[in-house]
Amino acid sequence: MAERGGRGSGGHGSLDKSITLPPDEIFRNLENAKRFAIGGSLTKLAYYSTVQHKVARVRSFDHSGKDIENEPLYEIAVQEEITARLHFIKFENTYIETCLDFIKDHLVNTETKVIKATGGGAYKFKDLIEKKLGLKVDKEDVMTCLIKGCNFVLRNIPHEVFAYQKDSDTEFRFQMNHPNIFPYLLVNIGSGVSIVKVETEDKFEWIGGSSIGGGTFWGLGALLTKTKKFDELLQLASKGQHTNVDMLVKDVYGGAYQTLGLSGNLIASSFGKSTTADKEFSKEDMAKSLLHMISNDIGQLACLYAKLHNLDKIYFGGFFIRGHPVTMRTITYSINFFSKGEVQALFLRHEGYLGAIGAFLKGAEQDNPNQYSWGENYAGSSGLMSTSPDVYPMQRTRSGTFDMLEMDRLERPLVNLPLLKDPSTYIPDTVDLTDDAMARKYWLTCFEEALDGVAKRAAASQPDSVDALERAEKFRQKYWNKLQTLRQQPFAYGTLTVRSLLDTREHCLNEFNFPDPYSKVKQKENGIALKCFQSVIESLDSLGWEERQFALVKGLLAGNVFDWGAKAVSDVLESEPQFGFEEAKSKLQERPWLEDSYSQWLERLKEGPPHKCALIFADNSGIDIILGVFPFVRELLSRGTEVILACNSGPALNDVTYSESLIVTERIAAMDPVIQSALRDEKLLLVQTGSSSPCLDLSRLDQGLAVLVRERQTDLVIIEGMGRAIHTNYYAALKCESLKLAVIKNSWLADRLGGKIFSVIFKYEVPCK
Amino acid sequence: VFPWFGLDIGGTLVKLVYFEPKDITAEEEEEEVENLKSIRRYLTSNVAYGSTGIRDVHLELRDLTLCGRKGNLHFIRFPTHDMPAFIQMGTEKHFSSLHTTLCATGGGAYKFEQDFLTMGDLQLCKLDELDCLIKGVLYIDSVGFNGHSECYYFENPTDAERCQKLPFNLENPYPLLLVNIGSGVSILAVYSKENYKRVTGTSLGGGTFFGLCCLLTGCSTFEEALEMASHGDSTKVDKLVRDIYGGDYERFGLPGWAVASSFGNMMSKEKRESVSKEDLAKATLITITNNIGSIARMCALNENINRVVFVGNFLRINTISMRLLAYALDYWSKGQLKALFLEHEGYFGAVGALLGLLDSA
Repeated sequence: MAERGGRGSGGHGSLDKSITLPPDEIFRNLENAKRFAIGGSLTKLAYYSTVQHKVARVRSFDHSGKDIENEPLYEIAVQEEITARLHFIKFENTYIETCLDFIKDHLVNTETKVIKATGGGAYKFKDLIEKKLGLKVDKEDVMTCLIKGCNFVLRNIPHEVFAYQKDSDTEFRFQMNHPNIFPYLLVNIGSGVSIVKVETEDKFEWIGGSSIGGGTFWGLGALLTKTKKFDELLQLASKGQHTNVDMLVKDVYGGAYQTLGLSGNLIASSFGKSTTADKEFSKEDMAKSLLHMISNDIGQLACLYAKLHNLDKIYFGGFFIRGHPVTMRTITYSINFFSKGEVQALFLRHEGYLGAIGAFLKGAEQDNPNQYSWGENYAGSSGLMSTSPDVYPMQRTRSGTFDMLEMDRLERPLVNLPLLKDPSTYIPDTVDLTDDAMARKYWLTCFEEALDGVAKRAAASQPDSVDALERAEKFRQKYWNKLQTLRQQPFAYGTLTVRSLLDTREHCLNEFNFPDPYSKVKQKENGIALKCFQSVIESLDSLGWEERQFALVKGLLAGNVFDWGAKAVSDVLESEPQFGFEEAKSKLQERPWLEDSYSQWLERLKEGPPHKCALIFADNSGIDIILGVFPFVRELLSRGTEVILACNSGPALNDVTYSESLIVTERIAAMDPVIQSALRDEKLLLVQTGSSSPCLDLSRLDQGLAVLVRERQTDLVIIEGMGRAIHTNYYAALKCESLKLAVIKNSWLADRLGGKIFSVIFKYEVPCK
Repeated sequence: VFPWFGLDIGGTLVKLVYFEPKDITAEEEEEEVENLKSIRRYLTSNVAYGSTGIRDVHLELRDLTLCGRKGNLHFIRFPTHDMPAFIQMGTEKHFSSLHTTLCATGGGAYKFEQDFLTMGDLQLCKLDELDCLIKGVLYIDSVGFNGHSECYYFENPTDAERCQKLPFNLENPYPLLLVNIGSGVSILAVYSKENYKRVTGTSLGGGTFFGLCCLLTGCSTFEEALEMASHGDSTKVDKLVRDIYGGDYERFGLPGWAVASSFGNMMSKEKRESVSKEDLAKATLITITNNIGSIARMCALNENINRVVFVGNFLRINTISMRLLAYALDYWSKGQLKALFLEHEGYFGAVGALLGLLDSA
């Protein structure tokens, strides 16, 4: 019932112990590590550390009375910032001594005296840990840790949860995090089975269990097949035919079962055909029969408990499940069968870490980790089943494998946008690349092809740094490897999407201290655009009302052509730096656009009352924000609509950041009385999104933004740009009116949507009453 | 028209009940054909048939009145794999010439229907398995066991010293949960004679115990497997709560003696080498029995029924399992659930088939 055993102990002796580890790539950031925890059957080590990394800060110059013609708009300073990071490492018990030695040598700044421990494996190494690290081992209750860990990942890691589906191109169907994670049933299949009902963060109850679990499969399997290792037993099982050993319904009924409405292939009696002393059965067949017997039994009991307690979410964990598609498949089948499809078997990407995470959280209560939001760092995490023998049969025999999970503490808590129509069904991403093999192939290739350019730009952004080239190469290598991993295991970090590919790239850039490769480009473009602002406003003001509305929309769209994220555009921008606003306009598709509800929008402006408050998610720096978004904002303000302008908290590509938006707005206000008074009267509010992604997840937004949206009774949401309005949120349903607009700067995507490059999306939506 | 038979052809065993009329008049005797006499004599004068057929003499119900006739009810069983020999014997004894109907239930009624027809020129009357089971249980319980109670329970099941088998009066039987443990297990919720439903079932049943024992110990009969089990120690094979926590796991209220992982100790090579066949047989028996107990308990809770009647041939000569079921139900339900047993364990389907014959007549 408790988490014991595990396949690590079966691995003793068979692995090459003399292997040299690259521990500095595994136990990262040990210098400032504190609050250790260790847990589980394979060794799982958790610690909390701080990372110092570079961030680009912008600061306004004092321009009073100076000629600003030839000076940059603002100053960019690269500063060191310290952020908190959680590290979780999983490794085979065989390596514990080597690992402890490494930790001891590198653990210099810690004041930690205690290491929290949970689970059998950790207890086993108590003396060794105390001796080597000089830390006192403090034991924590296994199940308490497991559940604490489970709650933590359910709350903080998007796409943590997945369902297994057989006969599908995508075996793993990831789920968006439900805003309310409770109540749920956790079925932990260790050597035995524990069934726990979790009702709140602190309230959980052991409601039952079963002694027929992973230990039964392993123990009985070893007796029947003389195969000693758990993994090998599973492999035997995956090759066997259980019908040779089990008595099926059709064996009892003959051919007549159809007339009874029974499925003849149902197992009437497990091992019912082996009731004879004189027949030999193959190892594979017996292992398969055993696997079915145990999985079905667990599934049946889980369903009975779920029914009794009226629960429909069951998470499965424990070493029986961990990274084994075979057991996930049989458990899923059993749950479907016994619940008649009413209950879904769910699995967790970081299931193996739950105990260690929980033990860590127990020890880190002083740091209040549960008060913050955390984000999975894709650069530092290995991804699902990086050590699975089913996925990588070769890797297991070659060497011991390490699996890592890193989580960054986010500055501020993230919450749902209050205007989401149904937060529990909201899916940000438009195309699921795990599902769509064609799209996956295209985008992976696309990111591969763009990689050299990104690396080059990263290096060029730091001309004064001596090691910029070297770091850029390391970045290139790391991201390249991630892309190759994703080609093999698209599900490694949850649902593969254009957003996750972009975010992973940002994480990798940060990893090698390229916090903002576009900072100078953005600075320059912001400067150029500001110079044009007044003439753009003048020409807009000279137009009649209806003409002006169209010109404003065209301006927004044209601004959106300036996007360093799209390869087609960055090619043009690199070769023709003077590519101007007017030229961009001329590139736009003529109406009717690919998606065109402009007439309805115009009608709404003409006939309806002014909106109370508009929330705008800005996209790019420079021409986009200054000549596209701001004139539009100005028009809304003139109509009496308040505006919340939301920009990214951290840099991503050439997207405008919150701190850049502050400077830009200040400069525009100095030129424009409408903006100036709106700022003064708090009719125009600048907020940060809480994100550093070129895409937009409306279920993880800065709490301050959410509060403001509610306070100001926001009734219009404007999302612009390919990343935010097409790659994500194209199908997002909101409670209020919304505008999604973008120019498609990728010919493949344009083709997919039935258009050509530079096709326009103008999607005005009104929620149905 | 005699003979009166009821047949239940299961996955492993065939159960046959035979009504032997004791009130045959001289006139009837005169008219009775030789075949019929020979069948009656063969069945009633033997206690074993061929190498595998057995009459459970101790279960015989004497002086029973059935459809206005007085007689004795005999209980006979043989392995399903000897079904062809049984049909062959029927052919030799010209059973078909008796112009009687043979009522049969169980999956084998379907599986062997064609064989009966082609080999024995006999048309089977197939009856629903669950109907027969419930009918049989209710009937036998109502007539009693030769003046004794058919139904019994274990008093003080949690106390090995004071535990004793006592009669139970099942006069108002509804609702009850009926758990039939044959090769596999079926669980029925019975609300009245006609109103019942199959709640669930499990493939971990008597066939699993016997099948695993054959593989693990090389035994060849159910009796042998049970005999081995009675001499074994399952705690050498199973991992108990106390093996993990050193005692009770108080956080969850789990006693140290509870099995945490069936066969859990067998993950270790040393322990695999130190256990006996008897230990393995016992562990298999405990594993299967506990699992049935826990599924039955969950069904009882979900259906809100507190009496659980266990039947089926898995329980034949299997006091270990019966006591364990009684104990487990009592302990884990904190005395809320009661395990009941019936003396004629596996024969209710066959009895139901016999009653079906008389209903149709």
